[in-house]
Amino acid sequence: MAKILLITFGPSEAALASGFAAALGGEVTVLALAPAGSTPFKVLDAGFSEVPPSDTISIGVAEIAKEYDYVAAVSSLGAKDLLARLAGHLDWPLVNDVTAITGTHEFQHPVAAGAAVETVRVSGDGVILTFRPAAFPGSAVGDAGTTEAISLPVVAGSRRTEAAAKSGTRPDLSQANVIVSGGRPLQTAEKFEQIIGGLADALGGAVGATRAAVDSGIASNELQVGQTGKIVAPDLYIAAGISGSTQHLAGIKDSKVIVAINKDPGAPIFEVADFGLVADLFEAVPELTAQIRQRAVAQ
Amino acid sequence: MKILVPIKRVFDPYAKVTVASDGLSLEAPGAKFEINPFDEIAMEAAVQIREALGSVEIIAVSIGGAEGEEQLRKALAMGADSAILVETNDPLDSRVVAAELEALVRELGPDLVLMGKLATDGEGNQTGPRLAARLGWPQATLLSSLTIDGGIAKARRETDQGEEAVEVTLPAVFTTDLRLNEPRYIALPGIIKARSKPLARRTRATSVEPQSVTVGFAPAPTRPAGQRVNSVAELVAGLNARGAI
Repeated sequence: MAKILLITFGPSEAALASGFAAALGGEVTVLALAPAGSTPFKVLDAGFSEVPPSDTISIGVAEIAKEYDYVAAVSSLGAKDLLARLAGHLDWPLVNDVTAITGTHEFQHPVAAGAAVETVRVSGDGVILTFRPAAFPGSAVGDAGTTEAISLPVVAGSRRTEAAAKSGTRPDLSQANVIVSGGRPLQTAEKFEQIIGGLADALGGAVGATRAAVDSGIASNELQVGQTGKIVAPDLYIAAGISGSTQHLAGIKDSKVIVAINKDPGAPIFEVADFGLVADLFEAVPELTAQIRQRAVAQ
Repeated sequence: MKILVPIKRVFDPYAKVTVASDGLSLEAPGAKFEINPFDEIAMEAAVQIREALGSVEIIAVSIGGAEGEEQLRKALAMGADSAILVETNDPLDSRVVAAELEALVRELGPDLVLMGKLATDGEGNQTGPRLAARLGWPQATLLSSLTIDGGIAKARRETDQGEEAVEVTLPAVFTTDLRLNEPRYIALPGIIKARSKPLARRTRATSVEPQSVTVGFAPAPTRPAGQRVNSVAELVAGLNARGAI
């Protein structure tokens, strides 16, 4: 059985890996670079409260990784940053954003802003992969695995002088089951928060935004969804006032159900939406929020 | 101070890309080739560093076919002092490109390699950190701001949680994200001047072979068309029937 080292950067990632590990046909050991949460896998816990800069830990991680057949991580900016450096140390191939496994050394991943899927064959002593969990459904079963504390050497490199501050209490985009996103038609940060945030809170979901909304300053950077922002795959994605640029659609098309609310009946978002409502978002979204809240009360 | 800026020739990133009939390549009929937009941002960042610091030499480099000269000329027009085309028709992957760049860095001795976070065609997302690891240099990827003072770079970079600030002692490899800058419009005098700037052609320095080979391309799966609803009430009923709320 192949040995898979799953590197995790946050608490829920190990739980997302079961389907992927099954598809790859391997035995998983987790290398936790941040607290891992409960998982059925054996955990090597590096004891970091936050993930150190990649260039300070990559040599230590490579020392552990070289004993495995595969090194994998849930696709994220942090994972790609570290695993690409690992590929350099180990001189192994790396395929990012894997969406299908078609052989022990053959993988598929989206390219050209989601316009095509490339099948790649790799060779090397080991293989490094980041994968999109939505493409590998399956839930973690079994009792919690054993945890072993390990000491990972930290060498000189980049120095973090200010950590990214997560604002608010809403779920992270990459983990949320429901995402409500808005575009530039929201006009101001206040309206964006009130209308998009209001519906997200009614659904217990996360808030997302288009690049145009971020660039025009009505939504903050970390909310950007799309090829150049975050790739998301929630159970429900509601797009309000979003026309549906190629790069935005590339970031949402693995969502289970997509809802589009837009004034323009010709907007491309309607071509991918499961439910399309041609309406003024300033009327329709608050009405939707009210109906969701009513249902919650009725239940 | 010396900055090396690797440049990749890609299809116009805004062109509609389709899979060629043989399934082995991508094509964008009628589309022009451009500098990979993230590399263009790296070029602009290098020029801005020179404007801030004064004496900075900028070398643009591209690895690939002879046609890459077009993009290197554009980099020269943007402000590179010289350009190098490592001319080859060999199959290339990130491993090969990182190895070739490593050889160039060891020869030319730049203080900084500034490059795109990814190329918009293959989306490999790895050449910068691969190069940094090979050199044993620090890295800072996905930069949204960058200033350099006294051999120390202060940068902000995009992370999954938002944006963080880092300090990096040079030499280092940096990769650019979209918000770092907006590349300037190239004026005609720059284009004319670029024609007389040195552009050296050379062959590969290594015999490193690719580890990743394309088996084929397929069009991305499309989502089946959904339904139009006429009111919020109908939308709620539909979502309810799907078990989505």
